[in-house]
Amino acid sequence: MAETLAVTDNLDALESEAIHIFREVAGEFDRPVILFSGGKDSTLLLHLAIKAFWPAPVPFALLHVDTGHNFPEVIEFRDKVVAQHGLRLEVANVQEWIDDGRLQERPDGTRNPLQTVPLLDSITAHKFDAVFGGGRRDEERARAKERIFSLRNSFGQWEPRRQRPELWNLYNGRHRPGEHVRVFPLSNWTELDVWHYIERENIELPQIYYAHQREVYLRDGMWLAEGPWGGPRDGETLLSKTVRYRTVGDGSCTGAVESTAATIADVIAEVAASRLTERGATRADDRMSEAAMEDRKREGYF
Amino acid sequence: MSQLLRLATAGSVDDGKSTLVGRLLYDTKSVLADTLDAVHRASADRGLSTPDLSLLVDGLRSEREQGITIDVAYRYFATPRRSFVLADTPGHVQYTRNTVTGASTAQLGVLLVDARNGVVEQTRRHAAVLALLGVPQLVLAVNKIDLVDYDEPTYRRIAKEFTAHAAELGYPEANVVTIPVSALVGDNVVDRSDQTPWYDGPTLLEHLETVPVHADAEDAPFRFPVQYVIRPRTAEFPDYRGYAGQIAAGRVSVGDEIVVLPSGISTTVTGIDSPQGPKQSADSGESVTLLLANDVDITRGDLIAAAAAPPRVSDEFDATVCWLGDKPLRAGARVLVKHGARTVQALVTQLRTRFDEQTLSSVDEPESLSLNDIGRVLIRSAEQLPIDDYADSRRTGAFLVIDPADGSTLAAGLVGAPLNQLDQTDITEADPAAQDLVSPGP
Repeated sequence: MAETLAVTDNLDALESEAIHIFREVAGEFDRPVILFSGGKDSTLLLHLAIKAFWPAPVPFALLHVDTGHNFPEVIEFRDKVVAQHGLRLEVANVQEWIDDGRLQERPDGTRNPLQTVPLLDSITAHKFDAVFGGGRRDEERARAKERIFSLRNSFGQWEPRRQRPELWNLYNGRHRPGEHVRVFPLSNWTELDVWHYIERENIELPQIYYAHQREVYLRDGMWLAEGPWGGPRDGETLLSKTVRYRTVGDGSCTGAVESTAATIADVIAEVAASRLTERGATRADDRMSEAAMEDRKREGYF
Repeated sequence: MSQLLRLATAGSVDDGKSTLVGRLLYDTKSVLADTLDAVHRASADRGLSTPDLSLLVDGLRSEREQGITIDVAYRYFATPRRSFVLADTPGHVQYTRNTVTGASTAQLGVLLVDARNGVVEQTRRHAAVLALLGVPQLVLAVNKIDLVDYDEPTYRRIAKEFTAHAAELGYPEANVVTIPVSALVGDNVVDRSDQTPWYDGPTLLEHLETVPVHADAEDAPFRFPVQYVIRPRTAEFPDYRGYAGQIAAGRVSVGDEIVVLPSGISTTVTGIDSPQGPKQSADSGESVTLLLANDVDITRGDLIAAAAAPPRVSDEFDATVCWLGDKPLRAGARVLVKHGARTVQALVTQLRTRFDEQTLSSVDEPESLSLNDIGRVLIRSAEQLPIDDYADSRRTGAFLVIDPADGSTLAAGLVGAPLNQLDQTDITEADPAAQDLVSPGP
């Protein structure tokens, strides 16, 4: 039988795989971009990209689709990291799309689904041909069928039946003009792997991932924070709670969890013991229907 | 520090594979409460009285609607000892495509049979595909053992037949394990069953946790496809020039003599930069950057190899292809071949044999290879390629066949004939045609 690889430590193997993916894209695409929000998965992506090309600078730009409903601590962190590494960040503001009528605010006020159009417009405007995202297959059932190199048509759509078979570590990034490829270097990581690696590498994250005091109100079983996206409605009361965020997205639909986990080690212990998935616990957008994620991916969402 | 094991599952329709995978996730507590609630809800909506664990696995809307698995799905679970990446490959729709995909990265293959039916044709084909792709370890899960009243002789008969088949595919006895399980009830998947006192082997999970994953790669010669040349040209690193890639085989140490292919220039390794900083040596699977003694002309697509044992460099080679494209392959087809980090134009000059997956028959000099066919071909490439036989080196013996027109992946390619031993041996009397899986050719 042919030999298998000698690297068997879980985190070493995942790290090596991600670095290999970054280098393949750098070698085969003209205009790659990393989606970077300042959240933990995209911060991890950037950390791996820096390692992949050290001591040369990361040969990609960064793109953030800003819903305008992001947590200020995260935006501040985003800008700090960009400056620290001398990177170029493009920001697509959802607000601009709303202001000029290309998008309409939804009645429920959530802007997460509104990210798709500014994302696709930015990809077209900047002629990005490879777009790195921090998506992981363990997040959700439709994502479990996602490829590491995911071909999108000129409308940015994901067509599950047209995905290429992905063999060995040979990625096929060929695409026609107007098409692009979404690339997911963290495909094989789990939430716990991410945290173990953050611990091992001592990667800095926005403070809202750790326990802090915050004014929150309960809606649909989630603790939401007051912000520009709205606040408590009638019958909803603001309470001061010790919370943290497991995912960081649009403030209107990202809930906090009650937690006293103040350090990376605390968070790992909490995640390991948790009986809820990351998205299920904190993301209203994935709760909408049995196929909510699949539908959004088909439309061009990450 | 936990180890990573990549495994692939395969089985024919209704063997209960999704249920087995669901059971592994469920019993290792990898399914969290909200996911489980969703499965309970969906099962109840369908009028089922117990949760359908296969719903944990079937992700796409059309799969849930049709109650089938369409595409390879990747699942993750972990125990304190190991983390697992499981490629769940569906058994019926385009099963070669899916099994080949799952098997290409797997260190272990789990095959399922229904205890009432035993080893069937598809089991033998799946095992052959796993052997062809070089998956080093096999497990046969004899499922639905509850439906044969936990009958030991039934299990022994199936186990013996399968082990014999695996041996003929080249599997050493130590690399093949058979386990009586019931995915539905949970017997011997994670928890030991008290219904099978006659079975003293490991449960499926115990085996997955303890099967050796270490490579015996010490003797494999060093192979390193160059992905990217790192030249910072910064004030701090004005002259740094490193060759970045992932070690495909073997090991490299500072001071090693290497050769760059296809150019054939020799030099010495003077440094190895890794994600953890500089190191003296590195092993297969590691992504590193090599520094060399001489400023030689090396670009993406070149292969750095041990000077003492380089691969052959050729623009014509014999290969086995698993055809995954909708359009059939005919002799004279112009394709692209992606090998390592190099993509070259190529011509399929001859079709030598075809093994038909559906009828289990093989023909010489076929007119075409269609979707899911496996066959031997002759390929001529526009540029010289440094190639190993797949049987000797999985990473540098593998290539993709790509359609130059629309960029789709047409085939999984394996240099040489990795399952050549089939030419010399009868597989089973019950299945005489299978010996032609890869026939000797002209």
